[in-house]
Amino acid sequence: MKVDSTVVLWGQTLAYTVYCIAMILVVGWVAWRLTKPGKAGVRPALFFTFVAFLTVLGVSLHLITLKTIPWVEPDLHRARVQVDRTFDIRVANHEFTLPEARLVIKAGEKVRFNVTSGDLTYGFGVFRPDHSMVFQMQVIPGHKNDVIWQFHKPGLYTIRSTEYSGPAGVAMIIPDAIEVVAGKSGGRP
Amino acid sequence: MNVFKTLIDGHDGSFKPKTLTPMQKLTLRFVVVGLVYFGFAVIEGMIMRIFEVKPLPFIPAKQFFAIMTAHPLVGIFGSSYSIVFGAFLFLVPFLMKKPLWSFRLANWTFWLMTIGTFVFWSAGFVSHYAPLYTLYWPLPADFAQFSALGGAVFILGIAMAMLGAAFFVVNIFKTITYTPEGWVKQPAGALIASALGWTGLKNLFRKKKVEHLVPLPVAAVARGSVDVAFNSGIILFTGVLILVYMVGSLLGFDLRRTAIDALLYKNWFWWGLDLVADGLVLIFVAGTWYLLATLITGKTLFMQNIARAALLVELVVSWTVWSHHLLSDQAQPAILKVASGEMVTAFELITQGLAFFITLATLWSARPLKMTNPLKFLIGGLLGFALGVPAGIIQADVGLNRILHNTQWVVGPHVHVAILVGLSLTLYAAIYFLFPILTNGAKLFSQKLANIHFWAQLLGGIGMGAFMGMAGLKGMLRRTIYSNGEFTIYMVLAGLCGALVAFGFLCFFINLVMSVGLKGLLGLFRRSSLDKDALLPTQE
Repeated sequence: MKVDSTVVLWGQTLAYTVYCIAMILVVGWVAWRLTKPGKAGVRPALFFTFVAFLTVLGVSLHLITLKTIPWVEPDLHRARVQVDRTFDIRVANHEFTLPEARLVIKAGEKVRFNVTSGDLTYGFGVFRPDHSMVFQMQVIPGHKNDVIWQFHKPGLYTIRSTEYSGPAGVAMIIPDAIEVVAGKSGGRP
Repeated sequence: MNVFKTLIDGHDGSFKPKTLTPMQKLTLRFVVVGLVYFGFAVIEGMIMRIFEVKPLPFIPAKQFFAIMTAHPLVGIFGSSYSIVFGAFLFLVPFLMKKPLWSFRLANWTFWLMTIGTFVFWSAGFVSHYAPLYTLYWPLPADFAQFSALGGAVFILGIAMAMLGAAFFVVNIFKTITYTPEGWVKQPAGALIASALGWTGLKNLFRKKKVEHLVPLPVAAVARGSVDVAFNSGIILFTGVLILVYMVGSLLGFDLRRTAIDALLYKNWFWWGLDLVADGLVLIFVAGTWYLLATLITGKTLFMQNIARAALLVELVVSWTVWSHHLLSDQAQPAILKVASGEMVTAFELITQGLAFFITLATLWSARPLKMTNPLKFLIGGLLGFALGVPAGIIQADVGLNRILHNTQWVVGPHVHVAILVGLSLTLYAAIYFLFPILTNGAKLFSQKLANIHFWAQLLGGIGMGAFMGMAGLKGMLRRTIYSNGEFTIYMVLAGLCGALVAFGFLCFFINLVMSVGLKGLLGLFRRSSLDKDALLPTQE
């Protein structure tokens, strides 16, 4: 199974939901027990174990995502990554200008989206037909804004600005702007 | 006593504003104004919740975004800052056992916060100036979309609030260090060193430990105030910068917007702005938890030296985490993304986790406790941060941010759960605790209303955050409008939970008004004849 944003978000939803339920139960239990007589002391060992647990948790989250989410490493070393195709996209006056009417990409190809802004700060996001997000980045004027992506599922994708650029930015949507066709990695819709 | 008489005279006529000292009145005025502005934020929030279900035909998009711009600013500066400043201007002298340095300056803070908030709120309402609180350059100077005059008035209001905040900081530090008339000379240097954590740091390397001159909650207020000062300075400076472009536009000059580097500006502004969310709020909240836990239990704080050290770590961490807001900015150097955005940000899990554990352990040490209103709301506040902070840590990850940034996840499980449940319930715990002290023993009108307030705010806040988060995970963006019902089911559920929060707040407001009565409420704004240096009336 290819890991994409849907898979990652399912994992996150599961982990965070379990955490929330556990935390609500723990705090609820403590609140209930606080009103009952009983042993009152808390051992320092428990405290230091908790601190160690938090430290491991905080650091391991990033190590796990670094090793399991496929877009992290190429993203951090974008300049060194060889891509199959580059699309230069320009944004100005609340409008995307694409190099072609529809960007056609083969599944499995490494694609670089190079987006420049001529005026405001915008966002560049790619979405599936069910409105779920594939990825996004910020588009800052006066700077290079590029992201490398590998699509694995053939289909049509929508481009949408993901950053507020004033009320006029709401309409910055190009439905079906990207078409991913079966190709390099085969791919199923 | 019938309902009408209670509304006029208060519950059992137990509240007598004439018996209040000027400091008690001033603190209560801060609380009243803070709660009125919380009401503003609740109404604005509900308008946006309904709009997210289905755009309302009588509210144009530019009005919607003006509401979205004002909502967090009114909530933070008009409501939270007012309540927190009022409480701390009372508590710092109370805990230091000396009068406030300047009652007049505290009054200036009150009026600047109150009027400043109204000025920027009304400027946004009338002119629809809507660059959002993030002010990404050059949007605030985009006069094709926004009125330069409306924007200038908006910035003036923000500047007034920031000036009020700066006066608060001066008053707090002077109160800690000054020598009241007729007193033995106070060791100002040692007091400031203790308040900021320098003494504690040096103690780590000393055989003979030096005693802390400043109580732990005051140290928390002092350290949080450092972030308030930096934050005010950055926002004031940025406001002046934007104002230059506005004045230029009004005079007919089109100043070159590319003179400001958008990425550098974004780093600068987020460094200062983030001192609110990741600095002073977390530090003030931890200090408030510690204070409430010790006052409720009458015990010393569990692991208090570590708590003191953690407050200092949190202060330093708050200066170095801003880059988690720029994880989706591809021009931001990768080293800043990983070091500041991910790794240092993860420290907040540790510092806030420590505060959570220490507070619960202190409460546990005094079992059995009566489930009073302050205790109940304090536990709710702890839960809010226990849910909201990890949600923030999750999005402060290079991989996850690529698919979470600017979605409803950010504002749902992280921002609104942390604020509506974590911060608000903590503030309510402090209000319920201070209410009898500040009112000289006025009785609460209804415990039933207090219980409804607690459960409505807790369940409504968590529920609203959860449904917004679910929509975010399905791809729903923040700061935009969906007109085709793409996420209706989540927004209806989030709206219902928001309505529950609004209902809870209404119950709380009614409870307070019925407790003190309308006469009592008006009496708060009449001058007190008692000594302005006295915090509480002297016992006869």
